[in-house]
Order: sequence, then C-alpha cells, then structure tokens
Amino acid sequence: MTAQAPANAGGAPQKLHRRQRSQTSDRALFTLTALACVTILAMLVVVVGDVVVGGSKTLSWEFISAAPRDGMTKGGIFPAIFGTVALTLLMTIAAVPAGVATAVYLTEYASSSSRVARWIRVCIANLAGVPSIVFGLFGLGFFIATIGHGIDVAAFGGRPVYGQPCLLWASLTLAILTLPVVVVSTEEALRAVPRELRDASLALGATKFQTVMRVVLPEAIGGVLTGSILAVSRGAGEVAPILFTGAAYFLPYLPTKLNDQFMNLGYHVYVLATQSPDVDRTKPLLYGTVFVLLSLTFLLNVVAVLIRARTRRRARAAL
Amino acid sequence: MSDVQRTEILATTAHEKKAKPSLARSARWGETIAETIVKIVALGSIASVLLILIFVGKEALPLFTSAEVHKEVTPSALFAGTASGYTWQPVSEVPKYNVWPLFAGSLKVTLIALLIAVPLSVAAAIFVGEYAPKRAREIIKPAIELLAGVPSVVIGFFALVVLASWVQRAFGTEHRLNALVAGIGLSFAICPVVFTVSEDALRAVPGSYRTAAIALGSTPSQALLRVILPAATPGIAAAIVLGFGRAVGETMIVVLASGNAALLDADLGHSTRTITATIAQELGEVVVGSPHYRVLFALGAMLFICTFGVNYLGERAVHGMRKKLRGSK
Repeated sequence: MTAQAPANAGGAPQKLHRRQRSQTSDRALFTLTALACVTILAMLVVVVGDVVVGGSKTLSWEFISAAPRDGMTKGGIFPAIFGTVALTLLMTIAAVPAGVATAVYLTEYASSSSRVARWIRVCIANLAGVPSIVFGLFGLGFFIATIGHGIDVAAFGGRPVYGQPCLLWASLTLAILTLPVVVVSTEEALRAVPRELRDASLALGATKFQTVMRVVLPEAIGGVLTGSILAVSRGAGEVAPILFTGAAYFLPYLPTKLNDQFMNLGYHVYVLATQSPDVDRTKPLLYGTVFVLLSLTFLLNVVAVLIRARTRRRARAAL
Repeated sequence: MSDVQRTEILATTAHEKKAKPSLARSARWGETIAETIVKIVALGSIASVLLILIFVGKEALPLFTSAEVHKEVTPSALFAGTASGYTWQPVSEVPKYNVWPLFAGSLKVTLIALLIAVPLSVAAAIFVGEYAPKRAREIIKPAIELLAGVPSVVIGFFALVVLASWVQRAFGTEHRLNALVAGIGLSFAICPVVFTVSEDALRAVPGSYRTAAIALGSTPSQALLRVILPAATPGIAAAIVLGFGRAVGETMIVVLASGNAALLDADLGHSTRTITATIAQELGEVVVGSPHYRVLFALGAMLFICTFGVNYLGERAVHGMRKKLRGSK
C-alpha cells in the first residue's frame, strides 16, 4: 500500500526494482484476498459439516414420521415438519402474489422518475432490513391484538378465536418479512425481459395488462420462481417472528384450522436448546432437527440458485 | 428543478401514449382496474412499514403517557443509573429497567461480528472481482449465497454446541457462552451481506477506471488500491452499515450463544445479553399491557428506528455512488 515509487523512475535498475516490488504486492494481495474467501467458505463447510455429521446419526424414518415422546427425548419431529410446511405454504400464498404485483408495478407501470415508485423501493429496501424480532412484535401488536381481537369482538362476542397466536397471523407476519425477497428477484427478472417483446405485443394490439400477463411475466417466470423459492426458504428458517405469533413447543394434534397453533422446526430447536433440563439427552434430537431444517432450506436454496443461473444465462444469450 | 419536472412530464406523457393502443372501451376499464389493483398492492409495502412503526410504537406509547406504568418505570429511568448501578432486572421485587447493559451487550456482539466480517468479506469481494477465474467465481458466489441461506437458528445452534467449546479452549473464557462466541457466530450471518454489497460496489466501478490507471503506468495492485477501491468506498461503507443493521437486529444467534446475562462490562469472555435476545426471551412471559411489556415494545421500537435509519443511510450511499460513477463516465 505504501509502495510509492519515486517520481523520476527513469533508470533501468530502478524500474526493475519497482516491478519486483509491485509483483510482490500483487501476489500478497492475491494471497490475502484468496485466504479471506477461503475463510468464508470454511464457515459454510464447518457449519454444514457439523450438522450433517451430527444429524445423520439421528435421522431415521421414525424420526421424520413420528410425534415426540417421553418429554421430547424420544420419538420424531413430524408435527414440527408439518407445521413448518403449513406455515410456509400459507406465507407463500400471501407473499408471492403481493410481491409479484409490486414488482410489476415498479417495472411496468411506474415511470422511472415516479416519486411513489421511489418510496416503494425505499420501503422495500428498509423492510428487508427490519430485524426479524420486530416483525414478531408487529405481528403481536397488529395482527393479534388489533385485527384478531377486532374480529373476535365483532363476530365471536369477544371470545378469543382469532385474537390469539395462530397459524394465520404467523404466516402473514412472515409474508411481510419475505415480501422484499420476492419483489427484488421478480423485478430483476422483469428488467431482463427485452423491451422489443413488450413493443411487439403492444403493436399487435394487446393491452398493457395483457402484455404483462401473457408476454412479460411468462418470460420472467424464472425470476419469479427464484424469488418465491428463496422466500419460502427464508420463511422456513425464521424463528424470531413466530415466537409470539403462533409457534408452540408441543401440541398433541396437528394444526388443521387457520386459528390453530403449530409446531415449527426452528422453534423446536430454539426451545430444546435453551429450555431443556437435560441437554445431553436431547442433543441427538436437536442435531436431527437442525439437520432436517438445514436440508429443507438448502434444497430450496440450491434449486433457486440453479433456476437463476439458468435464466441469467438465457437472458445473456438473448441479448 | 424545472428540468426534472419537464422530464417527469415527458416521461408520463410518453407512458400514457404507450398505454393507448387498447381501443375497446371495456378493455380500457379492465386496464384501469388492473392497474389500480397492482398499484394498491404495491403501495402495501409502504403501508407495511408505516403499520410496523405505528403498531410497535402504539404498544410502547403508554410508557410515556400512562401514570399506571410510571409507578414502576419512567422513560428516563431506562437510561438513568440508580443506587444499585445500571441493572436490567425486570422480574424482581423492585423491577429495574436500566437498558445500558442491553445496549452494551448488543454493541459488543455487533462490533466483534463486524471486526471479523468486514475485512474478510471486503477482501473476498476483491478476490472475486479482481483475481478469481471465472469458474472459481461461479462456485464462490453461490456458496456464499448458500451461507446467507443458513437459518440463523442453525448458526446459533452451531455456536452453542461447537463454537463455544472451541472458543473456550482457545481463549480460556470464564463463561462458556459469551459475547465472543455470539460475535463470531454472528459474523457467519453478516459475511454474506457485506460480501454481496461490496461485490456489487466493486463491480459498479467502470472498467475504464482500471484501463486508465494501467495506461498511466500503475500496476494492477496500485490500480486496485488507489483507483478502484476509493471509487467503490461509498458502496463498501454501505456494506458495513447494512452489516451493522443486520447484526444489531439478529436474534436467534445471540439468544442461543451469548449466555443472556445482563452484565455491564467490557469483558468479551463474559456472558452478555442483547436487546433482541431480551425481547425474544421475556415477551413470551410478560403480562400483556404491564410496564415490562411496554418497555419491551419500546426496545423494539428503538431497534426499528435504529435499523431503519442505518438502512436508509446505507441505501443512500449506494445510490449516491452509482449516480456519481454514472455521471463521470
């Protein structure tokens, strides 16, 4: 960094010296930055490796298909898997259409200098940065204490039916949390759709909305899928937002209604790891649960990355 | 100013012209309805941010207004020390609500995480942008995205079970779970954020900068350190700021790995308790509407405002850099 060469580098020996020095600093920079890269990759390998090694011992058909027994020290985690899937499915139903519509508005309808669009972008970016625990507080204060309680007062005579933590409110809370993931990914894909396609469609007499629905969105389906899958993966792994909005440590039944509480893989890990009196006995179970959760999110992530790589390559080929 | 307005008008008229081809009247109605729906949904994101602010704030508000709450805690008591010093002990005979131990805990853990994550991630971004062959890049970037996809509860679990033992063996820390363990665990989650934003910033620097620097006789490393990095500085600053926001707000890693004792000291080997972990652990057990409940929501509101400000600054830095680089092209 301090290799300041003299200003009058005219002579041959000095030149050589300078080149040597610059080669060393080039090489040092290369090595240092490569090392940093390796360190970050090592973080991934260490975490995944540990979970795979620890979890594969526990994993069995019973573990993923049975309910917990004997005070959570034996049996399986099927209710938690079921709860996680139900939660993320509901979340997806809410988040994906809203996210896609937002992205369509931003790229197709709003003019590039629109102030509203700029504010929407600012809010999406900030929504992505709001701490997940704040979403939990929001879910409790807004969905449960205000909306849910309001429904109870209006329709159930104040009896707590929707004014309590449940599947519906937890999934809506998660939907707001994952909205930015869908918007950003969809927007990127919409931008990659060549302008000529829109012009051609409009020139053939299609309306703007028809163009969006039948030409632009089908062309950008890869990005929509990527965003949706990433959102699902993110939602499946989040714990903080559902702490107070619906997750339960143990339930003897599976959730069947929107106002049921549910078990959840991440929440299961959290409670088992912090509140179990006998850590050594629950450790295999913990590893198994973490393994299932990580496999689930990783599988989704890998699929998303593959789809995106393919669509990007296609977009580049089209240009 | 008038120029901006004129381009805006031009843009909107061009926009309207484009939307005209629909001749049938019913189709035009359909169009209007569709556009309105899309726009309303899009406005939902603004509404969400406002609703979060309003409803988290609403639950915290009685802390400032209610005399009932003031019997137990006042806003100034959150920050002022008492005879017993600065303590957070909300569930005791005489509840103590001093937030400094929590602020110190969050700050300690965040700083450790940033000290680890920022140099690593910026260096890795430089490697990917400058040195890595294309094939390596196509492995490294998705791998780091995968790291971003690891749920924080999994990283927290890893920190709790494995990392804590390593750290204790290496540093001989007094408590097994402490600020250092939580900070290192947290850095796992922060690295992908800082990496991605820094990498974007480096890539946004036009290639002509490097070409010009090399043409003027600088070596590749000089071009990198004196031309490209300075040009990307606002973006890298944004990366750090966004990493900070993420670290302060992260919950599950610190709740599992920090030990959760609200101590006010500078020892990294001591157990510590962050703002987020406090909310996560205590809100489940408080009586709704109690002073303790209000204080926890107030902490949440502070977190929200803090991260909102931090993110806004970060976004602005990125935006400003983009604009400058585009303008000088």
